[in-house]
Amino acid sequence: MITRNILTGTHFTQGDFACAEGGIAAGCRFFAGYPITPATEVAEHMARRLPEVGGVYLQMEDEIGSVAAIIGASYGGVKSMTATSGPGFSLMQENIGLAVMTEAPIVIVDVMRGGPSTGQPTKSGQQDLMQARWGSHGDYEIIALAPSSVQESFDLTIRAFNLSEKYRVPVFVMLDEVIGHLRERLVIPPSDQLEIIDRKKPTVPPEQYNPFEPGKDLVPPMAVFGEGYRFYATGLTHDETGHPQTDSPEEQTKLVKRLCDKIRMNRDSIAQVKRHSLDDAKVCVIAYGSVARSAVAAVNRAREQGVKAGFLGLTTIWPFPDKEIEAVADQVDRIVVAEMNYGQIVREIERRFDYRKITFVPKLGEDPHTPDELLHSIVRK
Amino acid sequence: MEAARKPLSPEHNLKIIEVDIDTIPERCKGCGLCIELCPKDVLEEDPKLNMHGAHPPQVVKKENCVGCGLCEEVCGDLAIFLIKKEEQK
Amino acid sequence: MTQEMHPMEKFTRKGMIPHIWCAGCGDGVILSEFLRALDDLKMDLNKVVVVSGIGCIGRISGYVKLDGFHTTHGRPIAFAVGLKASRPDLKVVVISGDGDLFSIGGNHFIHAARRNIDITVICSNNFNYGMTGGQAGPTTILEGRTTTSPYGNIEHPFNLVHLAAGSGAIYVSRWTTVHVRRIRESIKKALTKKGFTFIEVITPCPEQYGRRNRMGEIMDQFNWLREKSVVQHFSDPLKAEVALDRIVVGEFVDIDKPEYTDLLRRQMMTVQGALDKEGRLTNAPL
Repeated sequence: MITRNILTGTHFTQGDFACAEGGIAAGCRFFAGYPITPATEVAEHMARRLPEVGGVYLQMEDEIGSVAAIIGASYGGVKSMTATSGPGFSLMQENIGLAVMTEAPIVIVDVMRGGPSTGQPTKSGQQDLMQARWGSHGDYEIIALAPSSVQESFDLTIRAFNLSEKYRVPVFVMLDEVIGHLRERLVIPPSDQLEIIDRKKPTVPPEQYNPFEPGKDLVPPMAVFGEGYRFYATGLTHDETGHPQTDSPEEQTKLVKRLCDKIRMNRDSIAQVKRHSLDDAKVCVIAYGSVARSAVAAVNRAREQGVKAGFLGLTTIWPFPDKEIEAVADQVDRIVVAEMNYGQIVREIERRFDYRKITFVPKLGEDPHTPDELLHSIVRK
Repeated sequence: MEAARKPLSPEHNLKIIEVDIDTIPERCKGCGLCIELCPKDVLEEDPKLNMHGAHPPQVVKKENCVGCGLCEEVCGDLAIFLIKKEEQK
Repeated sequence: MTQEMHPMEKFTRKGMIPHIWCAGCGDGVILSEFLRALDDLKMDLNKVVVVSGIGCIGRISGYVKLDGFHTTHGRPIAFAVGLKASRPDLKVVVISGDGDLFSIGGNHFIHAARRNIDITVICSNNFNYGMTGGQAGPTTILEGRTTTSPYGNIEHPFNLVHLAAGSGAIYVSRWTTVHVRRIRESIKKALTKKGFTFIEVITPCPEQYGRRNRMGEIMDQFNWLREKSVVQHFSDPLKAEVALDRIVVGEFVDIDKPEYTDLLRRQMMTVQGALDKEGRLTNAPL
């Protein structure tokens, strides 16, 4: 049955809209954001759609307030998201730290453009990946996904909500502007074919509830405001009861480690890659986002020329799919890393694997590498 | 200030709520406001020091207390409060 | 001395009292009067949420036995706005300090007031950043001495009542911590009005601002507030000054206008109604 909550069917649309619809399909009913090229379409689409499904679109005064507002909605029990680009993403970092510390499930879409600073607002880039991982201060872990198509923009936004609910952590959907604005086919399945995960609720009555007492998976069940739990959360280092513990090294150690370990421990089930033509490959191309599309085409052309090329696409950027790359790194003679930046994810690969095997192909400016540009790097000796 | 505290029509019967004054000395931080503000001079500093190094209030003129509640309301430490007993004319 | 419990203790979290606030600090009075207001109103306490920011008064969300959140500096109003808009059934109260609400958080304040969203904001104004050692803030009185204005503050302070009124708040009042019962009544009124309500409570800061400006003992600072306050209900907010020799207190604004979450619901119903009537799924095809 087709309902407003999920526009089941085949559509021809852009990545930004697909993210918005993915959010709604996942149950998002609160969006707080601020217009910024090239993510504005996510907000505009949410502004049209959320009232239709009983949700709230709130245009906040800035990106800092946007993240504070979506944390508020999340603590009110409502799935919430925002969308932005580089400059807004920078503003959001402090409150991303707050979401990490208070373990608030939120989703942030970053449609990346040319930076740094105001940069080239209408041109694509892949320059925010390290920022997604390290942008806020302190030790923490987050999850970041990188769609390579409009379909993936929809699918991965749903996955982002599921992961954020499961691990009580902010999850980033990192589109580059090309994916955000290009239009292609999107198939939205019926709702019964979607897996939707909701946060664990407490199983004990309020008197026994400790808001930050973790389960075996290191994730505490999350109560919701207004249900009698009368709990509170703070950005200060806290113990399992939620009370500030600003003097205790033991509590700091315990908390910081748990916030990181809950992701690190589950790396295997979170990390996802795409594999193409890798079985007997001697050269592996690693890419993500829009570059992944060119990479696949380049690998196919290389094979036509007799070169044993393969492709590994990073669907998950953080936690980093190191084991998946390791599985490939031993068998190949060269790894070609192509990014629309001047060196971000390539550093993660270089620090783990033999840097002499790695060829880095940067591209700055408006579009991803063409298949021929990548082919050149694949076939050369 | 004295005149303001006398009722305008003294011949009407007044209900004076009889209260006990209770203190939680360990909470008191010794601001002294309850002692100073009491209109009936019911309280004085206890010469003993509490754990904060403060002199909590002690009741010295219980019979003067009219139950106005100012001590309880001005105390920011929740260290002094009234317990209502019964009403009497 | 006895086994009796302080009447407001039923609302505080076990083990959190005594609080961290200094002797003579007005934050304890704000806590006490806030709890008494809730008690008087007989509100469903499961539906009240206290959101606080960074500063001495920000610790209040840890002291009250209510749902609460302690945000990053300056952001309690933004958090409260997101919470209230998505959960209009909750009563959301922001209690924070002058620097948190009006320096770093100033932008969120004016926009929330502009939207007239149904939250109550209580500002503990002690003229400086107390928690961090007594630095100058947006409400520091001219010539006031603080650690970052060691030669005297040369910046004009905000008139918070005027700022709130100008931004669109429907209820604005200012009291000092001397006016205990008036604070309580103001809070009760603010909590029952539907829209953005603001209460400024001027409080002494004996350890930092009071000491540095040689304002005397705790009782002297209390007396300063008591003697220099003058109640001027519904006087012009622009003229509601806060100065060493005159502190204008009272209620300044008490109006009604359409509230944000009401308008939101109404619009939502209209949109859905129109779609249902026309048999359409959405106004926004992909």
